[in-house]
Amino acid sequence: MIHIPLWKTVLTVAVCLLGIVFISPNFFTKEQLAHFPDWFPKHQVVLGLDLQGGAHLLLEVDFNAVVHEQMNSLADAVRTSLRKERIGYVGLTAKKDFVTLTLRNPADLEKAKTLLKQADSDIEIISTPEGQLTLKLSDTAISERKRSALAQSIEIVRRRVDEMGTSEPYIQRQGEDRILVQLPGLKDPTRIKNLLGKTAKLQFRFVDTSIEAEPGKAIPGVDILPEEEKGRNIYYAVKKQIIVTGENLVNAQPGFDQYNRPDVTFKFDSLGAKKFGDATRNNVGKIFAIVLDDKVISAPRIETPILGGEGSITGSFTVQEAQDLALLMRAGALPAPLNVLEERTVGPGLGADSIVSGERATIIGILLVVAFMFIAYSFFGAIANIAVLFNLILLFAALSVSQATLTLPGIAGIALTIGMAVDANVLINERIKEELRHGRKMLSAIDAGYNRAMTTIVDSNLTTLIGVGILYYFGSGPTRGFAVTTSLGIIISMFTAISLTKQIVAWWIQWKRPTRLPI
Amino acid sequence: MGLQLIPYDTNYNFVAKKNIIFGILIAIALLCLGSIFFQGFNYGIDFKGGLLLEVRTKEAADVAKLRSDLSGLVHGEVTLQEFGGPNDILIRVERQPGGDKEQLAALAKIKEKLGTSVDYRRVDSVGPKVSEDLIRNGIYAVIWALVAMLIYIWFRFEWQFGVCSLITLAHDALIVLGLFSIFQLEFNENAIIAILITITYSINDTVVIYDRIRENLRKFKKMPLRDLINRSINETLSRTILTSTTTLLALLGLYFFGGPVIAAFSLPILVGIGAGTISSITVSAPLLLHAHLRRDQILETSENNEA
Repeated sequence: MIHIPLWKTVLTVAVCLLGIVFISPNFFTKEQLAHFPDWFPKHQVVLGLDLQGGAHLLLEVDFNAVVHEQMNSLADAVRTSLRKERIGYVGLTAKKDFVTLTLRNPADLEKAKTLLKQADSDIEIISTPEGQLTLKLSDTAISERKRSALAQSIEIVRRRVDEMGTSEPYIQRQGEDRILVQLPGLKDPTRIKNLLGKTAKLQFRFVDTSIEAEPGKAIPGVDILPEEEKGRNIYYAVKKQIIVTGENLVNAQPGFDQYNRPDVTFKFDSLGAKKFGDATRNNVGKIFAIVLDDKVISAPRIETPILGGEGSITGSFTVQEAQDLALLMRAGALPAPLNVLEERTVGPGLGADSIVSGERATIIGILLVVAFMFIAYSFFGAIANIAVLFNLILLFAALSVSQATLTLPGIAGIALTIGMAVDANVLINERIKEELRHGRKMLSAIDAGYNRAMTTIVDSNLTTLIGVGILYYFGSGPTRGFAVTTSLGIIISMFTAISLTKQIVAWWIQWKRPTRLPI
Repeated sequence: MGLQLIPYDTNYNFVAKKNIIFGILIAIALLCLGSIFFQGFNYGIDFKGGLLLEVRTKEAADVAKLRSDLSGLVHGEVTLQEFGGPNDILIRVERQPGGDKEQLAALAKIKEKLGTSVDYRRVDSVGPKVSEDLIRNGIYAVIWALVAMLIYIWFRFEWQFGVCSLITLAHDALIVLGLFSIFQLEFNENAIIAILITITYSINDTVVIYDRIRENLRKFKKMPLRDLINRSINETLSRTILTSTTTLLALLGLYFFGGPVIAAFSLPILVGIGAGTISSITVSAPLLLHAHLRRDQILETSENNEA
């Protein structure tokens, strides 16, 4: 008799039953599952974008732009505070990641340094005895600002994607400066790329009508900005001073004006309403500009003071553009521009085809293995095949419970794992044969077969897990799907190919009491 | 009663033939190296960057017209290829000079040109930064896998075993790389999967044989190493061949019935596992003869491991 402790038998049976319970949701539709009682598991296998179709975008937060912008404002701050204290300087310039200037009188060095330190405590100042100063952000300040810019960007991306109404978007940080956006079911990511490609910095500023707006002209306190509409070369001289920004918006909705043209109505919070109200009350008759990402989208004349904090933008929009603008205004501005580093879209047709061909290939592959095992080991092969069946059940149960993603390479990984998983049974069966040839009795040969093959099985599975683990760590999405199914399959095979088959053999011996092994 | 595919008393003298076998394998390895060196790889967009569009046309595609429509629209070469059927066309566009923005602009131009006349089954755009990352990660993955296996074998056996298995694994990886280079198969992340699976599979076979060598070293204290190694290979031969057969059968199913994507994915794994099995039998164990094995040391550590 092969002795297996009762607790092991109970555990083996329990695991198999649990596998059946947890794989079962996959045989029902989501609607059917909704009617099932609460205790019934609801998780189904999650399909990767390559199988269900959808868009994958890898975005990069352009920190250089952030740092550059901060250097510009640092230069402005330096200018203001040095002028105030009447410290003479020349050559104040903001470079990509530092600001440089030279003091007229090197004796002012210490005074200037303390003064500048007060302007921004995060800056480091390097000076030469000749009075040349270089100001840059400290490394900790840069990494701190990067971190917060990334976190904020993710939040804004999430809001914009949610506003678009995409179902079950997946948005995640990748490394130090990247954001992964996955949109299952989305056929064409063009619109979302356009939306994410805009920083959407919204500003309300006055137009200086006393200056002729010529592109390229440099006037202190004024920016020459183009109009948003394509094909018309209209420029405005917009004052640098900002009345109010998009940060003070609480709502924006697309609609139509009295002439049935698409427009966007918006509402400020109380602070924004006050700022905007004050500015319009004192400037009736003047023109202000609504500026989005350094382009003028509308430049209306102030007819009456706007005190209620509500207004509307009428440009030459299409309905879609009005919708997009309202969406951008609601979701808020990105702290930095985003670049699309990688885009992968799979149409629903290809995804469905991939599932069909992947399923077919895997089933044929597994059937070949099963047939081979039966030919090679007859009865013991059949037992190994029961193990294969439960390996598959448990694998899909584990995928459902863990909500790990199944990809096309992952499907191929299942067939490969089954081919490798029967290795344990091959090892055991070969060992039993060998022990029988060496004259062992049947039962002790089975025992020795299982025990001696054990170290080898553990060895070979460990090396496979190491390899697959490395693949998971370094691989991209679909490759990870392969690593997931392979590693799950290998781990499960340790149970099905060893514990389960031994249990079945023990039951069989108990039942049939054979005198020789059909191996 | 099962079938005895490999007779249990098989006793093929692998060790005596080792110089011939080594010679053949070195020649194949040199061929692979030569091809990699002179011909290089046909890098896919994962590693090279660029655009890949799989489109399905409503009627049988007019490749020549599509080609003339698209060439000149973007920088560099545009290649078109039928993919699976007459309605499915694979369009590849070289990485655009400049950065990620130029890449997206090129994609927009192509989509504008093709319009809605085709169904976009797949659109991939990989920029320079991502392709550099992918290539670097691929190289790291292979190196770390080799190092991890070396450490593992060293830990389980002796350093001589580790070195011999590393040489075997490097050979296997080279064969897979050679396959990609000689037949100019598209070299992408799947190649990395193939190499890693080959390595882990090959190390399995090697470990089984090494395990047996250690067991026999304990059992037959007086047997010459040469005979002992040969005996160990033959004793495990049945297992090695059977396991490879099951895995290769599963892969053949994938290769013939999985459609073009899965076929491209499984072919290098198929070849790699085949090569790994052969090299485990004919290289990893016979190499030990050259590695100055010391029996006393091996027995000592193996007893420690058992304890």
